[in-house]
Amino acid sequence: MDKRTTSASVVAELRDGMTVGIGGWGSRRKPMALVREILRSPLKDLTIVAYGGPDVGLLCAAGKVRKVIYGFVSLDSIPLEPHFRVARQTGTIEAAELDEGMLQWGLYAAALRLPFLPTRSGLGTDVLSINPDLRLVRSPYADGEELVAMPAIQLDAALVHMNRADARGNGQFLGPDPYFDDLFCMAAKRRFVSCEKIVETADLLKGGSVHTLKLNRSMVDAVIETPNGAHFTECPPDYGRDEAFQREYAATAKDLEAWQAFRARYLDLPSEEAYQAAVQARSARSEAKPSGVEQQARSARSEAKPSEVKKPGGAR
Amino acid sequence: MSSDVTRAEVCTVAVADGFRGDGEVLASAFGTVPAIALRLAKLSFEPDLLMTDGVAFLRADVPSIDGGTEGEAVVEGWLPFRSVFDLLWSGRRHVVMVASQIDRHGNHNFACIGDHRKPRAQLLGMRGAPGNTINHPTSYWVPSHSPKVFVEKVDVVSGVGYDRATALGERSARFHEIRRVVSNLAVLDFAGPDRRMRLVSVHPGVSVDEVVESTGFELVIDGEVPETRRPTAAELALIRERLDPAGARDKEVKV
Repeated sequence: MDKRTTSASVVAELRDGMTVGIGGWGSRRKPMALVREILRSPLKDLTIVAYGGPDVGLLCAAGKVRKVIYGFVSLDSIPLEPHFRVARQTGTIEAAELDEGMLQWGLYAAALRLPFLPTRSGLGTDVLSINPDLRLVRSPYADGEELVAMPAIQLDAALVHMNRADARGNGQFLGPDPYFDDLFCMAAKRRFVSCEKIVETADLLKGGSVHTLKLNRSMVDAVIETPNGAHFTECPPDYGRDEAFQREYAATAKDLEAWQAFRARYLDLPSEEAYQAAVQARSARSEAKPSGVEQQARSARSEAKPSEVKKPGGAR
Repeated sequence: MSSDVTRAEVCTVAVADGFRGDGEVLASAFGTVPAIALRLAKLSFEPDLLMTDGVAFLRADVPSIDGGTEGEAVVEGWLPFRSVFDLLWSGRRHVVMVASQIDRHGNHNFACIGDHRKPRAQLLGMRGAPGNTINHPTSYWVPSHSPKVFVEKVDVVSGVGYDRATALGERSARFHEIRRVVSNLAVLDFAGPDRRMRLVSVHPGVSVDEVVESTGFELVIDGEVPETRRPTAAELALIRERLDPAGARDKEVKV
């Protein structure tokens, strides 16, 4: 079956109030083209489930979000996502904050169609008071240990971004970490995979070993080719993070005017193609007139191997 | 040893000493001083520690904190995030986390300041702190010791303290251990009565009074408080020439 489609038709399937899981991690391999399509849509009141990065920040800033289920929201090289901070500090979103491992467990439980999975994580902390629906469970065996019963996090839709995919929905990551994209897909009713490039099935293994084929087609409903679609997050080995762009994005959390200018320039555009053109025009401008810092960052990026492009993540 | 040792260098060996006896476990360190300390421990007295590159690889060699390495980078394993979770739930790990707030029982917060529903300041979030503290040894690093950090009561508990661990019971809390707290002023642990925070040593040039004044609760102090040990000449050479030639440590610790 040919599952190729467009971002617009994916987002047309989503409804207000849906629970949407977004793959990737922090500012790493995020399905940003699909996120931008949501930003262009009238969707609202979404519950977002994520190891959050600018996907969460942008959706919060654009007023698309009612609730976020997360372990953290970070831009990696900028530890705190500034737009998410604003949303939290002004109380515009509901925050279901979990331990990072509990989030994995909730997705895994949903993937396996289990009501919950037990874990020690969360015991003794305010994760339990922040999420008053969480329950404990006692081991039925001789040990009788009391554990957290992490409930399944069922998703209406999952959005993930791969380096490669074929038209039938087999997805391939070529970077250092698969993150939890397979679990997001398995936990969701509808599974949408954007990718840098759609290739022939027979060509998948030309790009990487069999271990990189993390998504098989039974886990995927639709495939969308979105070159540079993870921008400005990193998508190694295809590209690193656009740190200069990320800094510009982060700075707009400080005042409304800057945010509105950013929106007008990059987000309130008719299409992903228009966004990519605006990004290209931006880098052409800074090529012509590079500031010291940006020039340094650029040369560091071009010299670094993909695995060395990023700074260490936060506290995991 | 030279007399021009900086406070950051004293802190570095104090954090490094916390890894003594760990053996073959994953050591994770957040903050500049802990990152140097972990590398120092691995190069000096805990050669079997495992270390990631902050991405998804275990590194057999020991790069400087800005990524420089003497030879080729040597990858000895693959540790994507899901394997990190498996490993830390299995207990073979010691983490050093930064504390935005910590109380006398070792309850830790770096999630947010204020009411969680609408915080005055959203910080890192829970991240891995709940799972870390209930599953394997944890230490804390506080670059700026003050009553705002060492508080009577933390706003949100992201890391489990000893009072809460005790309340969970022996079975649930059997893997809970807070090894030590190192600040820019002192080394502390939880060997006080009822596992309350105890002043272990003060860094050279710091008085006990200064630590007491900078702490928002009553510390356990028994008898004469010794001075934190100073780095050896070999340790200083590693810190200065090999691990942090740019001197990032002295920017994190302001005295």
